[in-house]
Amino acid sequence: MRSPLRTTGQPDDAPPGPQAGTAMDGQRPNPPAGTTEPPARSGGRRNATPYRRRSRWAEAQRSWRRHWQLYLLVIVPVAYFVIFKYIPISNAVIAFKDYNVIQGPWGSDWVGFKNFELFFSNPVFGTLLKNTFILAFYLVLASFPIPILLAIGLNEIRDGWFKRTVQMVTYAPYFISTVVVVSMTILVLSPRIGIVNDGLGVLGIPPVDFLGDPDYFRHIYVWSDVWQTAGYSAVIYMAALAGIDPALHEAAKIDGASRLQRIRNVDLPGIMPTAVIILVLGVGNMMAIGFEKAYLLQNFLNLGQSEIIPTYVYKTGLINADFSMATAVGLFNSVVNLCLLLFVNFAAKRITGKGLWG
Amino acid sequence: MSTLTTSEVSAPRRKPAAAKKVREPFRDRVFLVVVTIMLTVLLALVLLPLIYIVASSFSSASAVSAGRVTFWPVEFSLRAYEEALTNPQLLRGYYNSLIYATAGTLISVTLTVAIAYPLSRKTFFGRNVLMTGLIFTMLFSGGVIPTYLVIQDLGMLNTRWALLIPNAIGVWQVIIARTFFANSIPDDLYEAAMIDGASELRYLWSVVLPLSKPLLAVLALMYAIFQWNTYFDALIYLKDPDLYPLQIVLRNMLILNQRGVGATDAAQLLEQQQLANVLKYALIVVSSLPVLLIYPFIARHFTKGVMVGAVKG
Repeated sequence: MRSPLRTTGQPDDAPPGPQAGTAMDGQRPNPPAGTTEPPARSGGRRNATPYRRRSRWAEAQRSWRRHWQLYLLVIVPVAYFVIFKYIPISNAVIAFKDYNVIQGPWGSDWVGFKNFELFFSNPVFGTLLKNTFILAFYLVLASFPIPILLAIGLNEIRDGWFKRTVQMVTYAPYFISTVVVVSMTILVLSPRIGIVNDGLGVLGIPPVDFLGDPDYFRHIYVWSDVWQTAGYSAVIYMAALAGIDPALHEAAKIDGASRLQRIRNVDLPGIMPTAVIILVLGVGNMMAIGFEKAYLLQNFLNLGQSEIIPTYVYKTGLINADFSMATAVGLFNSVVNLCLLLFVNFAAKRITGKGLWG
Repeated sequence: MSTLTTSEVSAPRRKPAAAKKVREPFRDRVFLVVVTIMLTVLLALVLLPLIYIVASSFSSASAVSAGRVTFWPVEFSLRAYEEALTNPQLLRGYYNSLIYATAGTLISVTLTVAIAYPLSRKTFFGRNVLMTGLIFTMLFSGGVIPTYLVIQDLGMLNTRWALLIPNAIGVWQVIIARTFFANSIPDDLYEAAMIDGASELRYLWSVVLPLSKPLLAVLALMYAIFQWNTYFDALIYLKDPDLYPLQIVLRNMLILNQRGVGATDAAQLLEQQQLANVLKYALIVVSSLPVLLIYPFIARHFTKGVMVGAVKG
């Protein structure tokens, strides 16, 4: 609808108004032609623009006079966002400074990129980056398909106690705290008393110290997360499935499509936009998540793979009190995270025509 | 929707079971069996660890320590619960977490409504700019240390406020609330209220909020569960053990194994060691029980909230 208008409109850029009779006169820069315009589509747009521009300030004043109580309401929340979200962003300048308590974030001496250079040349940098990336990527990959499978499965079977039970039970772990989930994981995997090693013992496999072996850390982290969130994430897909027009299913049924074919050709395309958004959000938050759980699962035996950027920031900043360095590392993480999100959103837009923002 | 229900309901009314079988071709029945098996496996994977934990918590200390418990209590015992429920640290944590959850939820819901409602109104000038400003904080943050400095400057370190205020508003919750207000409250009501001479605040209080009970319930649940389950803020902002929420207490007892042990001889030490093991299972049950008990009743609302957010998310 819009693209033919734009492509045919471009060559007409130079000649102004006169050929207003055709549908392609929708150029915004020549409003004078508006007096003769017959096509409703372009005319509406052209009229609206100058009107809004002239009265923008007046509109604000009018809104303020009539709805001042609304503005009163937002004062406290806006102050909250300024104080607890935006001032910290400005405080992040200490990444480029040698922070000391007396002079405060803005008074301390500038050191440029020294903290970043120190961090990049630190031998732990490579390990940290690798650990964080692999863990985050693994998590996104593993926690993406299972909720979809669960939702489609639940959607196929008919309503009844079995469906309700599966839904209830798989949803429940979402409400358990991270501390408890980690403790459960540790207990279940414990080499002496844990049930997993009991099971392995039956199969004749000697007990494995899962938490003590760095190679198991990622699997433990990721799969306990899937265990906890799959049921919750499935709910979103269930909602998307419920939103699919039943007429599509009816039509497919009449055409003789099997259930599997209907899943592939009706359900999957139907939940595609939701899936894309969830994947974008997942990758976008890739670098942001992780502190709570990684820190709890950490012990000095598995540190080689369990030390990730957020836990390193915590240790550098709050345990060793090197504020500037910790902020630099955190800032690096945030910037990488933002770039990832923008990139994935861009990719999602190119592939499906739908991203996070329109 | 209506086409589906009429066509499916009218046909099998007389003989439901038989009608169903005729309607489903063989390959679809095979497929359904496969789906059911898959779901059963998933169900077992989620449920078995939980059963194991509960079974262990009701077993004797020696049975747990010897690894003899699977999915049923061995040598049934309530000793672990006695120990857990008389533990002063745990009780203190419970009490603190109740305070944090109640006060935090109140503050959070109020502030969320206060910003989400104006954002839902088309006549609110600058709402797009404001919304962009909020969403930006979702994408980019100053980080742990810069936030810590703010809390420090405000003198909130080591006070209860540090857990109640810095995470009071979730942008995601604002989006959910805004979507709800924009889609579920008819504009006609606003016109009517204005004709009757109501002010904006009066309209919000007397018309919008009473119609938004499901939303308020969802927001309250989300915030309450967040407050009950989180531990990160307490870890960095609190030093005083008297202020520790339940999750920090649990972390110290379950993961760091901190417990006042005053054993004198080897046998006593062994017994305390064994008790410490079984106590962990009981602690897990005791701390998660309140949330898991009310969860079936609130799941429906929670689901609704997630869906409201997902529609426009």
